Amino acid sequence: MSTVRILVGTRKGAFTLTSDGRRKRWDIAGPLFGGWEIYHLKGSPVDPNRIYASQSSGWFGQMIQRSNDGGKTWAAVGNKFAYDGIPGTHQWYDGTPHPWEFKRVWHLEPSLTDPDTVYAGVEDAALFRSADGGVTWGELPGLRGHGSGAHWAPGAGGMCLHTILLDPSQPGRIFIAISAAGAFRTDDGGKTWKPINRGLKSEHIPDPTAEVGHCVHRLAMHRSRPQVLFMQKHWDVMRSDDAGENWREVSGNLPSDFGFPIEVHAHEPETIYVVPIKSDAEHYPPDGKLRVYRSRTGGGEWEALTRGLPQRDCYVNVLREAMAVDSLDPCGVYFGTTGGQVYASADAGDNWVPIVHDLPAVVSVEVQTLP
Amino acid sequence: MIRVALPVHLRTLAGVGGELKLDAGDSPTQRALLDAIEAGYPMLRGTIRDQVTQRRRVLLRFFAGGRDLSNEPPDALLPPPVVAGTEIFFIVGAIAGG
Repeated sequence: MSTVRILVGTRKGAFTLTSDGRRKRWDIAGPLFGGWEIYHLKGSPVDPNRIYASQSSGWFGQMIQRSNDGGKTWAAVGNKFAYDGIPGTHQWYDGTPHPWEFKRVWHLEPSLTDPDTVYAGVEDAALFRSADGGVTWGELPGLRGHGSGAHWAPGAGGMCLHTILLDPSQPGRIFIAISAAGAFRTDDGGKTWKPINRGLKSEHIPDPTAEVGHCVHRLAMHRSRPQVLFMQKHWDVMRSDDAGENWREVSGNLPSDFGFPIEVHAHEPETIYVVPIKSDAEHYPPDGKLRVYRSRTGGGEWEALTRGLPQRDCYVNVLREAMAVDSLDPCGVYFGTTGGQVYASADAGDNWVPIVHDLPAVVSVEVQTLP
Repeated sequence: MIRVALPVHLRTLAGVGGELKLDAGDSPTQRALLDAIEAGYPMLRGTIRDQVTQRRRVLLRFFAGGRDLSNEPPDALLPPPVVAGTEIFFIVGAIAGG
């Protein structure tokens, strides 16, 4: 029977939650790296025992940890993230130029074909790659250097590159997203990039339809149909059917179209999930009800999924990295909250149970489905 | 040998239970001491000083013999009692955060 392993990053360490394919009983292990912020952990799709973790601290900076045995043991690998050349400046919150400064790794994306190759999305926004299992890192400078980098500005959470999607059908194609610059695409493995934000409208920036400056919170794709992208923006849920060239809003009947994560069902490319949050000023669910919303039509029409989720007095948030799916049938859906709960649904969102109640605030959730 | 006390997170990272004992050369400076720490414990690179700028991390401080050495020039000689091993060179995390 298959095994499901959930990799949970929190404000004070990492945890692994493991179950068999029934997904009824869970073994909880951790904390790993206790006391450190674990922004993200992710396993290689080629070798699931190879897992990378981003470990950081306001005191001690950034570490990258690597496991070769499915998380049983870990070793620190390379943590030198040096911007290529003279980093230059981006815009600060007040519009003045501010030097590019490395702060932390938000997202680690292992290659689809090589367990030693892994991408890192960092704050201040840039994309790095390692081809030696995380020992050494080099920037892909074409992203910051494509022309608009000097005009990027941080969102409230910092200027982070948080989403990295590798196109399984075109090896050179990568989609990334930055708060608050927008979405970008390369078709040549990271040498050259273009903004892909046409159709986005953000009322809180000087030019609501600007080429860059949008606070994209998360992108998602189904690997069988990589030209279709879904986006949770600061406000608005968006969809593109042409690899990001054009976007249209699919917020439909959501109670709020503000939120952070967005995820796609493992077997139904038109089934997507979001967690509406009341507003950018109130980072908790509308009406104190924690509801996942599912669309089976690729957006537009949404249904509330509430069974097993708190429907009163709930004021947690679900952060952008904190939702994932497994690849079993029926598809399992998982998310973590800033209140330290990790919820699981073994039936594509119809019913939910908390796997664990009282972890530190959950920053990221990734799922590995193991044979 | 120079004796160095690390904060608990760095002891865990380095896999050491107590203070470090290091040889930082004949005329040891703060820079030479940090070089020796990073040579002996490569996993600590970047955790005490930034690897690119070489600046001390802002929420860490250095103390020895009741003195704050945090803002001493990196190439100034360490105090003789630290060099002699009679005083411990403390690397301390600031009281900050949650």
